Amino acid sequence: MTYTDYATGAPVSDSKAPSGPVEERWDKRRFEAKLVNPANRRKHTVIVVGTGLAGGSAGATLAEQGYHVVQFCYQDSPRRAHSIAAQGGINAAKNYRNDGDSVHRLFYDTVKGGDFRARESNVHRLAQISVEIIDQCVAQGVPFAREYGGLLDTRSFGGVQVSRTFYARGQTGQQLLLGAYQALSRQIAAGNVEMHPRTEMLDLIVVDGRARGIVARDLITGRIDTHFADAVVLASGGYGNVFYLSTNAMNSNATAVWRAHRRGAYFANPCFTQIHPTCIPRTGDHQSKLTLMSESLRNDGRIWVPKAQGDTRPPSQIPEDERDYYLERIYPSFGNLVPRDIASRAAKNVCDEGRGVGPGGQGVYLDFADAIERMGRAAVEARYGNLFDMYHRITDEDPYEVPMRIYPAVHYTMGGLWVDYDLQTTVPGLFAIGEANFSDHGANRLGASALMQGLADGYFVLPATINDYLARNPHQEAVTAEHPAVQEVLAETEDRINLLLAVDGDRTPDSFHRELGELMWEFCGMARTDSGLRKALERIPQIRDEFWRRIKVPGTGEEFNQSLEKANRIVDYLELAELMCLDALHRTESCGGHFREESQTPDGEAARRDEEFAYAAAWEFSGTGEAPVLHKEDLVFEYVHPTQRSYA
Amino acid sequence: MKLTLRVWRQKNAGAEGAMSTYEVDDISPDMSFLEMLDVLNEQLILSGEEPVAFDHDCREGICGACSLVINGDAHGPERTTTCQLHMRSFRDGDTIDIEPWRASAFPVIKDLVVDRSAFDRIIQAGGYVTAPTGSAPEAHATPVPKADADFAFEHAECIGCGACVAACPNGAAMLFTSAKVNHLNVLPQGAPERETRVLDMVAQMDAEGFGGCTLAGECATACPKGIPLVSITGMNKEWLRATRKAGKR
Amino acid sequence: MARTVWDSSVGKKTVMAVSGVIMLLYLVAHVIGNLKIFFGAGEFNHYAHWLRTVGEPFMHYEWTLWLVRIVLVAAVVAHATSAYQLSRRDIKARPSKYVHKKPRASYATRTMRWGGIILGLFIVWHILDLTTGTVHSGGFQEGHPYQNVVDTFSTWYGNVVYIVAMLALGLHIRHGFWSAAQTLGVGSRTRDRALKTVADVLALLLTAGFIAVPVGVMTGVVS
Repeated sequence: MTYTDYATGAPVSDSKAPSGPVEERWDKRRFEAKLVNPANRRKHTVIVVGTGLAGGSAGATLAEQGYHVVQFCYQDSPRRAHSIAAQGGINAAKNYRNDGDSVHRLFYDTVKGGDFRARESNVHRLAQISVEIIDQCVAQGVPFAREYGGLLDTRSFGGVQVSRTFYARGQTGQQLLLGAYQALSRQIAAGNVEMHPRTEMLDLIVVDGRARGIVARDLITGRIDTHFADAVVLASGGYGNVFYLSTNAMNSNATAVWRAHRRGAYFANPCFTQIHPTCIPRTGDHQSKLTLMSESLRNDGRIWVPKAQGDTRPPSQIPEDERDYYLERIYPSFGNLVPRDIASRAAKNVCDEGRGVGPGGQGVYLDFADAIERMGRAAVEARYGNLFDMYHRITDEDPYEVPMRIYPAVHYTMGGLWVDYDLQTTVPGLFAIGEANFSDHGANRLGASALMQGLADGYFVLPATINDYLARNPHQEAVTAEHPAVQEVLAETEDRINLLLAVDGDRTPDSFHRELGELMWEFCGMARTDSGLRKALERIPQIRDEFWRRIKVPGTGEEFNQSLEKANRIVDYLELAELMCLDALHRTESCGGHFREESQTPDGEAARRDEEFAYAAAWEFSGTGEAPVLHKEDLVFEYVHPTQRSYA
Repeated sequence: MKLTLRVWRQKNAGAEGAMSTYEVDDISPDMSFLEMLDVLNEQLILSGEEPVAFDHDCREGICGACSLVINGDAHGPERTTTCQLHMRSFRDGDTIDIEPWRASAFPVIKDLVVDRSAFDRIIQAGGYVTAPTGSAPEAHATPVPKADADFAFEHAECIGCGACVAACPNGAAMLFTSAKVNHLNVLPQGAPERETRVLDMVAQMDAEGFGGCTLAGECATACPKGIPLVSITGMNKEWLRATRKAGKR
Repeated sequence: MARTVWDSSVGKKTVMAVSGVIMLLYLVAHVIGNLKIFFGAGEFNHYAHWLRTVGEPFMHYEWTLWLVRIVLVAAVVAHATSAYQLSRRDIKARPSKYVHKKPRASYATRTMRWGGIILGLFIVWHILDLTTGTVHSGGFQEGHPYQNVVDTFSTWYGNVVYIVAMLALGLHIRHGFWSAAQTLGVGSRTRDRALKTVADVLALLLTAGFIAVPVGVMTGVVS
């Protein structure tokens, strides 16, 4: 049986989601969830993997509630998780602007923005909680931008028509993360959180069908150890680094989620990746990562390419009537502010037509000349100064003088571990929060929603729902390292590490990663086709095979060994990539970040096929290189009725 | 570009270290400094040597992981992080010295990687506002003057990279500590813990074995986020205020 | 509270700043007194005598002077002890140097430690020379400070020692005054220029004022 001949298993359903009016479901669930007696919480250990917005906030909050938290991050400090790089802002339905915003509108925008592939109940809960997040962060001392009257400032962001995005200059993620990190630090100091920095989760321990711990490697000593708990929370982020080049941090990886998947957690919608339209184009083969320029730039910058193909004149010499402001032309009512997926694809299209600019023709202009003329340089500087400086530093071009060049890049993965309304995976006791799960963004994430979701999950949702699991499983038998199931996982992990070191081939980890990334970008990137995906599915097992024959990892496992860390992550990318391609192949519709060339409207827009694909695809692992089993979760839309998105 | 690199190599915390010399060729001026090191490491792996260990993650200047002293300057010749330093800042044929952060509170783990957990412990000592989840009042209940909010933000920008300590002739962590003290102490939300925060954080800073401040100003010059030297003055003021108040109690 | 201050690196810096300011105030008075030498032996010796009678009849003869001396000794001891302890902490905090060395900070900043040691030694010599007369070059005459000063600056080494020390003093004050302001928390972004200017002017005036005396002797203006 080949990988593409997958079987379809029993549908999966979100058994925890309450029924009734969508506004009341979260209250209802919180009321129905069992509670753990405060005095007993101390006796429960919860493992949290990752210290980003979701993990940091969850660790702090669970510890505040009285649980014993054992937390891990691969970074040298919990403060460095990649949430820190989020620039733009965080949405909240505060309606401080009195511009018609409401919880319901944020809910509506998010379901629509996700192209009708997210659960209504989850999204509504997210919109409700958004309001509390802002309160929480302000109380922690997060220095949001403020107006002269001392009240919070907001801006409009990423294709919505209300001003609901709270921000801290271009460093909102940093400030929110530091807020969570500081709350976590307080709990570490109080002894409620046992923090393990520079420690990477390598596998999940499942005993009697329940998640009971993890296998982790101390990155300094190389020691592989087991850690046990009553529940495990994965907050390990997204898997965008499958593409090698992405806006993710270099060490962001999929190992935690992929290992959990291998141990029984379903992986949902892996093909839903977000390609962000405003990134700095790559300059050459040496490129190690891509840098995002905040989407807020599109509020004032105008995107264009030359009308003629192969026009190599410098932008200043291209007269106005020979420029194509293609977003404004194709989408007159939203113009440059169309959602990310649309803006990205449009950029790809004009570049494919041979009208791209810059080295290799892989770029479009983002021009601030009009904005500078209209508002003055000082106003532009006040709004975007730090972004302009960053661009200038990286490209050595002054965006006040020359239009910026931008090109789409992999930015966020909407897919992730399948979770129910309680954020619990299909492995009891294993929870996934933040970007690591699939739950709230559907097929496309709106700008400034990732921070909202990460913090909603960590501060409010998980701390409420995990109680229910722990209360229903109060006296779990203690697990020790001697348990056969534990021994087995530990041995597997050690074998894998030893094998990586033993191959002693002639190719570096990066060379494999780069090869896989290029393949994925070409065939599973912005536009996907049946033939391309099949080609990728044929190629990936070959790369995997070559990897295990030719990988070279210097050094030993008993020391600080960054090559080993990398190689071990690539092992998992090489399997996850295959699942992403299969998911993309099976979904023969276009929706959100997933664009199938076979499924488009006559004028080239994405054509969704709700009759066939209004479901989340949750995949069950059956073995490396073996066809996984598809479980469908039907999506029901009672409040926001699916329409073909139109931004024209 | 062709470059000669002299890199600090140290097997582990206990081992003796020394500078080793390497040549790299075909370096593009558009490469970041870390991408240049990637090239070196690919070269080393293929020739059977151990690659140079260095901390890095976001490579966009915000996570604070990267930490190299390049030709005697923390983060190199430009005012930015090492990951945002580009090879166009160097010339063909240059010899570049690359060393780890040096401070007894930042022991070397391997090669160019150091242990900065002392910073985490300074934050744990008081660099937070006690506001358990769920207890927050409505965000607009307390307006914060824009000037104060901006002041807080400018200090909150610190990325905790440790360049201030690396650059300080005394290995002091005053700029790092003061950035957090100033950020939280100016805000109404941080006011109730204003005194304990500064006293506890300074005490922890001393306990970690960082040096004292002689106001040499090297920290502020090295800071990739431009935290000003006067931030330290602000913390001194807070500390004196807190000490006076504690004395009265 | 005293314990908190002394145990903390910031507290010790405060001790340094306060004792430094006390010594600085003293030096301002000292230099003004010194300049009287240009108005002849009578005025200078009279001034020196007056120093012993300040505060009479409330204070007994020399009581005020001794009070000042005690405060000064306390300031010097506090300043030096904290400097010593802080320096030890600083050196311990940065045990290994960078291989690639770069000139760092300003000259005044870099010379604070050595400058301080030079000044400490100078003070000892200065007292033995002109207060007790123990190491005085000519025949030291109690109550005739004018002649004693002229004697000291009639030797080449007297001039060298004094002038070098005063230059060190200028540098020390230049960084020390501004630094003390930062330690005491009175510096700010807007005040920084003003503080630096005051530091420069103070350093310059004190150095020039003190050096004027040996120069005066050497050139024969004072004899």
